[in-house]
Amino acid sequence: MIDKFVRSMAEAMDGIKDGSVVLLGGFGSVGQPDALLDGLIEQGARDLVVVANNAGSGHVGLARLMELGRVRRIVCSFPRSAGSVVFEELYRAGKLELEIVPQGTLAERMRAAGAGVGAFFTPTSVGTKLAEGKEQREINGRMMVLEHALHGDIALVEAWQADRWGNLTYNKSGRNFNAVMATAARTTIVQTHHVAELGSLNPEAIGTPGIFVDRVLHVPG
Amino acid sequence: MSLWTRTEMAARVAADIPEGWYVNLGIGIPTMVADHVAPEREVIFHSENGVLGMGPAPVTGHEDKWLINAGKQLVTLRAGGAYVHHADSFAMIRGGHLDLCVLGAFEVAENGDIANWATSENDTAPAVGGAMDLAAGARRLWVMMEHTTKDGRSKLVKKCGYPLTALACVKRVYTNMAVLEVTNAGFKVVEMAPGVTREALIAATIAELTF
Repeated sequence: MIDKFVRSMAEAMDGIKDGSVVLLGGFGSVGQPDALLDGLIEQGARDLVVVANNAGSGHVGLARLMELGRVRRIVCSFPRSAGSVVFEELYRAGKLELEIVPQGTLAERMRAAGAGVGAFFTPTSVGTKLAEGKEQREINGRMMVLEHALHGDIALVEAWQADRWGNLTYNKSGRNFNAVMATAARTTIVQTHHVAELGSLNPEAIGTPGIFVDRVLHVPG
Repeated sequence: MSLWTRTEMAARVAADIPEGWYVNLGIGIPTMVADHVAPEREVIFHSENGVLGMGPAPVTGHEDKWLINAGKQLVTLRAGGAYVHHADSFAMIRGGHLDLCVLGAFEVAENGDIANWATSENDTAPAVGGAMDLAAGARRLWVMMEHTTKDGRSKLVKKCGYPLTALACVKRVYTNMAVLEVTNAGFKVVEMAPGVTREALIAATIAELTF
């Protein structure tokens, strides 16, 4: 019998190594896997590369992980926001590497990774400083920039419902980066608000099929 | 001379959006455009965090923390709306499916270049968000901005000084002084705010204007 549910946070976080590339779902505070981030803080892995749209706020979750010196490099589209004090301080002090990626290119790099596409050409960022040093080619009369797939070792995802096969649904705008990140990591770890019986989720409404999911922890909202 | 207020600018942009268009409104002043499209006119608003068919802010008591827009404000979903994940949301943008995107800007050049994401080459903490995807991907890009900076410098320029967001993609600019088309011959003035004279507009603008 397949059962991807884990019984404890320790089990959910088991085996995350130093130096891992960690993909984070969420956009702002919606769909952010807060409990799993706390679990990662507790688990202790360091020298992490974090891929997320935002760079945390306040002194909790991702911001706390960075504040503890556990993140070497962050890849994101919009690190600066109200409350991103930890990010700004570490960045100014040169204690955090930053790679800025246009939001759509970021999402597409994970989609490519999840789909086995090595790299792709896009017109986004042509002529800007974010395209500097990257291969460019004219395709169908338009200049395009080569962008590479971005694979994760770990993805941390927040779902609304999950069954024991790891089929997930999302809630409204909480789908955001979660469904993309889930496809692009070697190990995808999910926190879910609700547990669903196998077969009770509408197959038409499953946002992430269980094939992309490795571990699920029930974290009631 | 009376300049258009932000509300009047938003209403002016809204009046130019035909029913049936799929539209993304950038963070800041462009967001106000939605307030000037009557609900019975079916313009479909897209928010890059995966909301297609976004409605106005919720009424008190009906807020849902799971439903936000790209500016992280609480919003609603109108009948016919849909939720998608980020890669699909940006496929709508990057695949040329949006009829229109309205963005704010620091500068627009007379060839349609736009600079709207960083004010220096060495920003302490740059942040681009979806601006480059929207500028390069939407079928039409309109810019809504003040005509000049607070210290009176023209934001319509011959060549952008700030880091670029995208090349030659702005089609129309709505400022508090005028509405301008970007043409092969530079900015062409379509309309001026009441009481703004040609002379005043030319004096406030570094870029060349045609009338």
